[in-house]
Amino acid sequence: MLKITDLVKRYGTGNPVLKSLDLTIEGESVVSVIGSSGAGKSTLLRCINRLVEPTSGSIELNGTELTSLRGRELRAARRKIGMVFQGFNLVDRLTVMENVQSGRLGYIPTWAAVMRRYPKKDIRRAYELMERVGIAHYANKRADELSGGERQRVGVVRALMQDPEILLADEPTASLDPKTSEQIMGLLRDLAGELKLPVLINIHNVTEAKIYTDRIVGMRYGRIIFDDTPDKLDQEAMDQIYSGSPHADRSEDLKEAS
Amino acid sequence: MSSTPDTWRKPPFIANRWVRWSVYLGVISYILWVGTSLPVDWERVADGLGRAKRIFGGAFPPSFERSGLLIDGFLESLKIALLATAGGVALSIPIAFMAARNIAPLPIYYLGRAIIIIARSFHPVIVAIIFVKAVGFGPFAGVLTLIVYSIGFVAKMLAERIEEIDFGQVEAMRAAGAPYLSTLFYAIFPQIMPRQIGLSIYQLDSNLRASAVVGIVGAGGIGATLANAFGRYDYDFALAITIVIVGVILISEGISGVIRKRIG
Repeated sequence: MLKITDLVKRYGTGNPVLKSLDLTIEGESVVSVIGSSGAGKSTLLRCINRLVEPTSGSIELNGTELTSLRGRELRAARRKIGMVFQGFNLVDRLTVMENVQSGRLGYIPTWAAVMRRYPKKDIRRAYELMERVGIAHYANKRADELSGGERQRVGVVRALMQDPEILLADEPTASLDPKTSEQIMGLLRDLAGELKLPVLINIHNVTEAKIYTDRIVGMRYGRIIFDDTPDKLDQEAMDQIYSGSPHADRSEDLKEAS
Repeated sequence: MSSTPDTWRKPPFIANRWVRWSVYLGVISYILWVGTSLPVDWERVADGLGRAKRIFGGAFPPSFERSGLLIDGFLESLKIALLATAGGVALSIPIAFMAARNIAPLPIYYLGRAIIIIARSFHPVIVAIIFVKAVGFGPFAGVLTLIVYSIGFVAKMLAERIEEIDFGQVEAMRAAGAPYLSTLFYAIFPQIMPRQIGLSIYQLDSNLRASAVVGIVGAGGIGATLANAFGRYDYDFALAITIVIVGVILISEGISGVIRKRIG
């Protein structure tokens, strides 16, 4: 269970990007986060695995408080949080297998990683997962030889290799064409079910959010203003989420403050 | 009649016309003053022409009689260049990581930059003079000199490459909980590897050239052979050495160019 309480993130001295935000994700649900650019979706996701340092508040994953962890403990916690990126973030010059195994870097010693001496069970697991998403025959290909959809599959397998307790996906389909995009969304939904894994997806495509996820969280400038099942997301809710601009919201806040 | 303008001039480099013209005038008059005030003794120039004629006269035809000495000198230069490149590149990698703003903490970054600036600020000949004083005449001084020279170039260029990497790959490793060194090996080394190899080959080529120069001040190699030949007024042998140096450098530059293009 992921439990976020009173989360605030402020860059520098400006207005906070996240304003005392609360969010709980239980079980194996697939949750999408929607909202216009600048609403804080990406910051929210990155606070969870501490790629972005939260200013205050609490983030608890299955009983572990994440915000106070440092060094080795933080790395151990990050192993349990898989992440899929918009730009895939694969190591282009390495093979698909090396990219997939890089999801295990938190578990194996550096010398084993450098010598490519991966444990047998990791290799077996990699082949199983690559088989599952249909990229096993690419194991020895360089990552930059693959198409966008195939690359994102590598990204998904890499995240799953971490044996995660939750999967975060930061606009995983934004660099893909519509058809590939649907395939990846379908894949994420199916894998969540198969692996009993909660998935949190930032997404711009509201139609896909409605089709592929169980719950939609709508954000507007650092706050959650909608949190319900997809069928409850009507035009009025959509207008609330997407109306105005982050900038206008910001100036409103300034007026309130003064 | 429309009032749309039909003439346009590029805005001047310096907007204020007074500043502009005084800068131009100042630069021109300084150059003129320097040109006229620098002491040039035309009698000595005329004398020198005669001497130059004697040197060139003595140099033709070039003599390859003592080619054994020539080959020994070159092999020594090659050894100096190889050793210095290996040592210099090996030291350059950690220094480059220290001097890359995007991965090094600020104090380490300044330390790394300082090392590079010091290594770059002296011409290899000056460094060679210091090392010859420190460790005596011979190839060892040459190796040390060229190691410093290699760090100045390779570490600087490599640090710049590290600053240009796609940081998303580093982020992905961090998100997976990878420790620091594993992150370096998986997310950064693959990205900088082609540049690293290209720089090493270029530096080997460059060190071979520089080893001829630093030899003249006593740091061993073909430069020492050349300096000796001059010292003994063997101008024909000196010309032979010079011809071979130019030939070898042309060849090594050609080879290194081809290899660097291949790895691209």
